[in-house]
Amino acid sequence: MLHISCPWCGPRAETEFRYGGEAHIARPQKPDELDDQQWADFLFMRTNTKGAFAERWYHSHGCRQWFNVIRNTVSHQILAVYKTDEKRPDFPIKGGV
Amino acid sequence: MGEFNRIINPDKINKNNKIRFTFNGKSYVGRKGDTLAAGLLANNVFLVGRSFKYHRPRGIIAAGAEEPGALVQLEQGSHTQPNIRATQIELYDNLIASSVNVWPSVDTDVSAINGLFSRIFTAGFYNKTFMWPRSFWMKLYEPVIRRAAGWGKAPQSTDPDIYDHIHDYPDILVVGGGPAGLSAALVAARAGARVVLVDEGAELGGGLRQLDRIIDQKPSMEWVESVKAELSANPNVKLLSRTVLFGYYDQNYLVAVEHKTDHLPLQERAGKVRQRTWHFRAKRVVLATGAHERPIVFSNNDKPGVMLAGSVLAYLERYQVRCGSEAVYFTNNDSAYESALRLHESGATVKAIIDTRTEVKGELPAKAEAAGIEVIKGSAISKALGRKTVKAIEVRKFSQDKSRLEGAVRRIPCNLVAMSGGWSPVVHLFSQSGGKLTYNSEKACYLPIKIVQNQYVAGSCNGDFLTSECIESGVTAGREASTALGLSVSDQQNMPIVEEVEDQNIEACWMVPGENEDPQQYAKHFVDFQNDTTATDIHLAVKEGFESSEHIKRYTLTGFGTDQGKTSNINALGILSQVLKKPISELPTTTFRPPYTPVSYGALAGRHIGKWSDTIRVTSIHDWHVKNGALFENVGQWHRPWYYPRNGETMQQSLNRECLAVRQGVGVLDASTLGKIEIKGPDAAEFLNLVYTNAWSKLGVGRVRYGLMCREDGMVFDDGTTARLADDHFLMTTTTGNAALVLDWLEEYLQTEWPHLKVFCTSVTEQWSTISIAGPKSRRLLQKLAPHLNLAADDFPFMSFKTTHIDGLECRIFRISFTGELSYEINVPWHAGQKMWDLVMEAGEEFGIAPYGTETMHILRAEKGFIIVGQETDGTMTPQDLGMDWIVSKKKDDFIGKRSFTRADTGADNRKQLVGLLTDNPKEVLPEGAQLVFDRYAPKPMPMVGHVTSSYYSATLERSIALAVVRGGLDKMGERLFAPLEHTTIGATITSPVFYDPEGDRLDGEI
Repeated sequence: MLHISCPWCGPRAETEFRYGGEAHIARPQKPDELDDQQWADFLFMRTNTKGAFAERWYHSHGCRQWFNVIRNTVSHQILAVYKTDEKRPDFPIKGGV
Repeated sequence: MGEFNRIINPDKINKNNKIRFTFNGKSYVGRKGDTLAAGLLANNVFLVGRSFKYHRPRGIIAAGAEEPGALVQLEQGSHTQPNIRATQIELYDNLIASSVNVWPSVDTDVSAINGLFSRIFTAGFYNKTFMWPRSFWMKLYEPVIRRAAGWGKAPQSTDPDIYDHIHDYPDILVVGGGPAGLSAALVAARAGARVVLVDEGAELGGGLRQLDRIIDQKPSMEWVESVKAELSANPNVKLLSRTVLFGYYDQNYLVAVEHKTDHLPLQERAGKVRQRTWHFRAKRVVLATGAHERPIVFSNNDKPGVMLAGSVLAYLERYQVRCGSEAVYFTNNDSAYESALRLHESGATVKAIIDTRTEVKGELPAKAEAAGIEVIKGSAISKALGRKTVKAIEVRKFSQDKSRLEGAVRRIPCNLVAMSGGWSPVVHLFSQSGGKLTYNSEKACYLPIKIVQNQYVAGSCNGDFLTSECIESGVTAGREASTALGLSVSDQQNMPIVEEVEDQNIEACWMVPGENEDPQQYAKHFVDFQNDTTATDIHLAVKEGFESSEHIKRYTLTGFGTDQGKTSNINALGILSQVLKKPISELPTTTFRPPYTPVSYGALAGRHIGKWSDTIRVTSIHDWHVKNGALFENVGQWHRPWYYPRNGETMQQSLNRECLAVRQGVGVLDASTLGKIEIKGPDAAEFLNLVYTNAWSKLGVGRVRYGLMCREDGMVFDDGTTARLADDHFLMTTTTGNAALVLDWLEEYLQTEWPHLKVFCTSVTEQWSTISIAGPKSRRLLQKLAPHLNLAADDFPFMSFKTTHIDGLECRIFRISFTGELSYEINVPWHAGQKMWDLVMEAGEEFGIAPYGTETMHILRAEKGFIIVGQETDGTMTPQDLGMDWIVSKKKDDFIGKRSFTRADTGADNRKQLVGLLTDNPKEVLPEGAQLVFDRYAPKPMPMVGHVTSSYYSATLERSIALAVVRGGLDKMGERLFAPLEHTTIGATITSPVFYDPEGDRLDGEI
């Protein structure tokens, strides 16, 4: 079970959170202007990273805030936690830690 | 026969500490502090059980958690537990245990005949033999295998014991209470860390409990006692004995189970917590889990009386039990010599020490020879003899290159074989934590090489086998862990000085070879004692094409037992390396998975049992429903009234009465469980425009609108009505089961996609009780309750609400309808729910008011063709599939899901679409979930075109009705289809899903 440091509440057990998938996939501003392929990319396609991966978490049993986490998908080590309006901290994707 | 093997030494044994226990119906005497295994060995009981496949006799091999063979059924009735290791049960007065996997008794087991067919029961036997035909599995193979292979029996009645869970957040968690763990804990405690030390034994000390060492000029157990005393006196330290750490998960999350009363007589356990599960989140972890001794694989090495040399020493020193009077030792390393010397000193005869090494140079072997013990070098036990227990062994010499045995066979009678194939670090927890292992050929074992968590490995677990090394690496681990946490460690601490003899010379020997290359010679060379895997099985698996250790493990079942291969995995890898002719260092180890030892269900469940197994939510009117005979249905965590049977009515009779009451008079439903979310802020209307498929900007204050939400892929996610309380203030309702999910959904979009929108969302589900009255007489009922209110249809139209007071209670009354009848939902503050319900029931008496439950609600809405999200929808239905295009705005630029409606697959014609079904026989009710076909005579597999989503008997229509999703169904009105069921086929006609009052004439009720 991961130990996740909520930017508002501090370190809590994973069971308090809900996973939100890959981060930084913005909903298109004008979906109608996208062709089917582009829209399908937004809907369904996600990266399958081995190493440092930016993902969203929601403190559903706490402060109800969404935030982003950089997690090493191999070791599960959490490398960074940052708010949704903050820039993605720089971690090399390959190798992670 | 009494305690035949006990050494009655008055210094070590208190004669007043006798304990009576029963094994297989016979009564025995043991001693306080014994394990069941020690008690049995003291009484010369060597045959304890039977093996899994061949039902061969099994005895006690080890003295701890690694024991593969001595599994027993402990206690009887509701206290019974199957497959418990006799080596881990502490004796208590009147303990009762028996063998498992035996019938009719351990001495004469009929399935032992399997052993004669061992050439048939080889690796993969079950996979190969019982593959086909499939239908035989359920009826023939499985029951037979289960009866033959059944190990212990699960209890048949409720567990009478209490279990609980506790969470702890130590600075440093030390696993293992041997010299390394104690040293680490001591350094960390002195540095001021909050330390928890867990140890699986009843007594701290680890290997020092049987090893004769001098630490700081004191016997080693005195050193243990002094460390224990200092740790116990430190308020920052918690010592947990009888506690097995069984799981090591991400980010130093570790789980242990503490056995609090398992060592007490049954009558002393009542009212106490039996086992406690500890959840640790530790800043640093020190693993000092020790090492397990390996068996040597030779023919008949599974005979009772063949034991591990270190365990023989443990029984001798810890329990004063001599495991045999005439012993033969078999080893590839020096450590077994210590056991042999001490057994010799205790008065037993050590007839020989057979050493696989040609050159034996250590100090311990020299001592053994000086004591007059014959050491037979460069040789091996080729075979153990004896029927139920070992009676003799045969010894032969190795050939020059050690590839085979040769020369004369020498036979040595004995009643104990003490073997040592070397020591394997207990790396299970290390491996669970993600750490990597590497093979060390000098020490002939796998050692931790790469640590991936905030963790330190110390002592034998790290390959530091000598006591002095254990203490040194423990001190280092304690120091490094403390320093890492910013604590300062005094340099003044002296490293304890240990007097010991080097005992670590080893030459790997995984298996005793035969005379030639024929693998059939190894059919009784047991590798896994619990699953009866032999060296022949490993040869066979390779011959059949398996190469990877993970595949061989699965094919031969090595390490698959309740012992998880603690004594077998490394030998299996060693043998595999020989068969594949690859160095063992090139073979990856198999994966170690939690739990380290089996954990009871009770300990995992803790207090979350019975009515505490999940949260139960009830409305403010719940007690009334109970008192008035409602039966309940679970909707999410809510307990909702299902129906209210009266005077012995059947369920259908109740439903018919409740439905007709609503259609003809008035009914009342407790709708408090519907999700309610307040949405407030200047951008609230714009936000609703984006989350609902229809338009919200023009909804007037005081008005209500039905809305449908889709996911981004265009599939329906939830529905409900939303009222505009003020310009910037809405009250949304959701389906009962989806309330939390919808709130999360709204938050997700507000926070992650549209943070510029000024909107807040708050759940008010449990702030408002909702009482829904429905039926043509509901206006007259409400007028009676609120005479001041203008209820005329033009003043209080459908889809609007009013705020008022009834009997001093603040209420919001919504005129909406889920039944098709005139209907009002009276919302009052939660605490006033019961009072309002009473007022409604009292006022409704003259109209024949009937409370109705969720089932009647479902029937009434199905008569009207209203969907229930999760029943008519399953995450693959678009609004168009549901025939609800009318609610999808064509004008809005954007809303969640819109773009997906024009995707090729979402817009296809042949999608499953919502329709009504009328069965040919109006009395016949289709089962929900039934698959539908157009051609009832089509060959199997029949092309299925949809399924029934809702199906009821409608008292109003005096016939059955059903909703279904059917491919292209919207264009197939009037066509027939069929539901092929197990014993019959039901025919039906496709219709509109609106069965009742399609024009909506009834919405205004009686004037």
